[in-house]
Amino acid sequence: MYKIIKKRNLAYKLCLYEIENERLARVAMPGQFLIVKIDDKGERIPLTICDYDRDAGTVTIVVQEVGATTKKMNELNVGDYLQDVVGPLGNESDLISMNKDELKDKKIVFIAGGLGSAPVYPQAKYLSSQGIDFDVILGYKNKDVLILEKEYRDLKCNLYVCTDDESYGFKGPVTNVLKLLCSGKIADADYKDTNGKVVKGKEVIKSSDKKKYNHAVAIGSAVMMKFACITTKELGIPTVVSMNTLMVDGTGMCGACRLMVGDDLKFCCIDGPEFDGHKIDFDSVIKRQAQYKDEESRALLKLNEGNTHHGGCGNCGG
Amino acid sequence: MGDAEIVVAKMAERVKVREQDAKVRATNFDEVCLGYNEEEAVLEASRCLHCKNPLCVTGCPVGLHIPEFIEEIKNRRFKDAINEIHKSSSLPAVCGRVCPQETQCEAKCVLGIKGEAVSIGKLERFVADYAREHGSSDEVPITKNGKRVAVVGSGPAGLSCATDLAKLGYEVTIFEALHTAGGVLTYGIPEFRLPKEKVVIPEIENVKKLGVKIETNVIVGKTISIDNLLNEEKFDAIFIASGAGLPMFMHIPGENSNGVFSANEFLTRANLMKGFRDDYDTPIKVGKKVIVVGGGNVAMDASRTALRLGAETHIVYRRSEKELPARTEEVHHAKEEGIIFDTLCNPVEIVADENDNVRAVKLIKMELGEPDERGRRKPIEIKGSEFEIECDMVIMALGTTPNPMLSKNTKGLMTDKKGCILHDDETTETSLKGIFVGGDAAIGSATVILAMGAGKKAAMGIHKYLTNK
Repeated sequence: MYKIIKKRNLAYKLCLYEIENERLARVAMPGQFLIVKIDDKGERIPLTICDYDRDAGTVTIVVQEVGATTKKMNELNVGDYLQDVVGPLGNESDLISMNKDELKDKKIVFIAGGLGSAPVYPQAKYLSSQGIDFDVILGYKNKDVLILEKEYRDLKCNLYVCTDDESYGFKGPVTNVLKLLCSGKIADADYKDTNGKVVKGKEVIKSSDKKKYNHAVAIGSAVMMKFACITTKELGIPTVVSMNTLMVDGTGMCGACRLMVGDDLKFCCIDGPEFDGHKIDFDSVIKRQAQYKDEESRALLKLNEGNTHHGGCGNCGG
Repeated sequence: MGDAEIVVAKMAERVKVREQDAKVRATNFDEVCLGYNEEEAVLEASRCLHCKNPLCVTGCPVGLHIPEFIEEIKNRRFKDAINEIHKSSSLPAVCGRVCPQETQCEAKCVLGIKGEAVSIGKLERFVADYAREHGSSDEVPITKNGKRVAVVGSGPAGLSCATDLAKLGYEVTIFEALHTAGGVLTYGIPEFRLPKEKVVIPEIENVKKLGVKIETNVIVGKTISIDNLLNEEKFDAIFIASGAGLPMFMHIPGENSNGVFSANEFLTRANLMKGFRDDYDTPIKVGKKVIVVGGGNVAMDASRTALRLGAETHIVYRRSEKELPARTEEVHHAKEEGIIFDTLCNPVEIVADENDNVRAVKLIKMELGEPDERGRRKPIEIKGSEFEIECDMVIMALGTTPNPMLSKNTKGLMTDKKGCILHDDETTETSLKGIFVGGDAAIGSATVILAMGAGKKAAMGIHKYLTNK
C-alpha cells in the first residue's frame, strides 16, 4: 500500500499527487514512468513520473480524469492509499545520459501539449540543475487547463505559453509558436497576458533572435506529437517523443505497447518510452490507442450511473 | 475366473478421473478436471507395482518420492503421503494439475508398457488437495543459519528455490515485479486448469509459512539493482527467476492492427487482471471469431479462454496435428470443448479494415518436409495456396524471449544470443559470483515443473556456495 502525501487540483479534472514509495523515489529518473493500480479490482495504469524527492521518498504524478479508473483515482485524497505503485519503468530520457559538453552543444526546445507539460517538467528541471539553457513551449486548449506554469517559470528557462483559443499567451497550437520562434517572428506576434491585455511578443520575451534548435523534445497527445513532428521535420530539428501506448504489465511481458519505429517493431516499456519522433507512424499509434474506447466508455458510464446506465447495448448483460 | 486374473484385468486401465462435461465447461471458468475422491485414489494407488527400481522417479524433474507417497495413499495415510511429497516439491497441487506427466513420470511407468500407466499426476493432486482441505501444511523444524538470499520472481522456479533454501535455514525474500505473486501460475495458466483462490494462493501461503517473505511491486533491475541487493540490502546470494519476457510476433503485414494480441496480453488480461469479470476494471476484447496462432500449451490456454468468452475459436498451426507441442490432454480437452484445429497452414498477412480492425487472416497451406535436427518434420509453404479466413481477433502464441530488463541493467551478467542468462549447468551460477539463475530466464520458454527443477538445483548450488564461502 502506498500513501498519498499531497494532492493538488491543478485544473479541471487534473490532479497532482505526491505518493510515498521509497524504493521508487530513490532511483526514478526523468523520462521514466510508473504503474498505479488503485485497488484490488483496478486496472494497471501507466503514468509518467513528473518529479521525485529522494529524501522524502516520494514521487509525483499528474492524473487527468479520462475514464472510470482515473475518475476513481481523482476521488482519492491525502492520507488515502493506492494498492500498487511500481516502477520506475522505461528508460531515462536521452538528455540525461548526455554529458555536460554534449548538452552544451544542444540547442534544446521542449514542446509540451496539455498534460505533456507534466512529463516534460522533470527533464527541464534536470537541465536547469545542470545550468543548461533551453526553451519551453507549453500549449493548452485554453487558460482554464493551464498547469505547472509557475513551476516552469521558477526554472528560469525561456518559456512560451500558448493557447488554442487565444485566451492566454501566444496563439496556439504549439507548432505555430515553434514556427514563429524559428522564423524570428515571435517578437511581432500577439501575446495576451493574465489580465487579458494584448501586447507584442517582444515585450515578454528575452531575445528576438531567430532560434536555431538542434534538439526537440515533444510530449503530449499522439495527435499533438504527430503535428509537432511534421513541423520539426520541415524545420530540420531532430525530435524525441515520449509515447504513451496501451500497457498491461509494463515490464516487457504483454506486448500491448508495441509500435513500429521505422521498420522495427519496438516495445514502449522496454525500448522506450522515448523514440525518434520522425520514425513513428502516428496514425497507426492513434488507432491502436482507441482500441478499448468502447470498453472504457462503458466503464465510465457504469461508474457514473450505476445500474441505471443500461440502454440495451447487449454487451454487459444489463 | 480366479481372483488373480481379476486384479490383472483391473490393473490394465487406470481409474477414470471425473471431469466437468465439455459442453458445460466451455461456458464457464471452473476447473475442467474434478480429481479423484478418496475411494478412487486408493483404488488407483493400488495399481502401483512398487517396482524395486522405480523408473517413474527418474522421470520427475524434482525427483518426487513417487512409490512412497502412492504407498501411503494405498494405506489411506493421506497426511503421510503429503509429507512424503513435501520432501521434494513445494507446489504439489500445481504440479498434479499442470505437469506433463505423460512425458515424464508416467511415461516411465512399467504398467504403461501393456496398459495404462499409474495416474501419478492425479494422485499427487488428490494428496495435495486433501492436505489443503484438511489443514495439513509443509511444517518442518527450521534452524536459521543467519544467511540471506534474494529471489527474483515468484513463479515456479522462484518459489521452489525459496522453499528449499528456507528449509535449509536461509532467510529468503522473493521480489516480485507484478502486484500479485505466482508468476506464470497467476498471469499465464487459466483458472479452468489451475484455480487461483483454491490452489495457487494456498500453495504460495504454504511457502510463506516457511518464513519466506514476498515483496511485490519490486522490479529487480529497475526498482533495485543486483548490486544494491548485495551491497546495500546485504543479501549473501541471489537467485534470478525472472521468467519469460517479450512475446514473439511473426513480423507479417498487418500484425499491429487492432484485434491482434499476444497470448501473454490476452491471458494476463484474463487471468491476472480478471478482465472477463464485470466487477474488475481491466478491459478485455473478445472477438466473435478468434484465430489463435501456435500449437503449444499457451495456444491451448488462449484458445480455450477465448472460447469460454463466447468466441468461435480456431487454432492455426503450421505442422500437422501429430507435431502439436501441447500436452495431449490439453489438445483433447480443447477439441472436446469445440476448438477447431486448422493444421498445416500458416498466416502470411493479417487483413484489416479501413479503421485498422482485423477483418481476416491470410493463410498459406503447408506440407511437411524432411525432419530437422530435432527430428520434427519441417513445414514447407505450398506456393500459390493462400486463402483467407474471416475473423475479428488474432492471438499470437508463438513463444517468448527472456525478459531483457534485468540482464540489460546488470553489468557483467552474460547472456546468449537469445537473451538467456548464461550459467553453470551444475550449480546454475551465472557469470557473476553469487548470482544464480533458473527457469525461463535461463533456458527460454519451458514448463512449470522444469522451472521448479531448476529452482531446486539452484537452491543446492546456492547452499554449496554459501556453505563454502
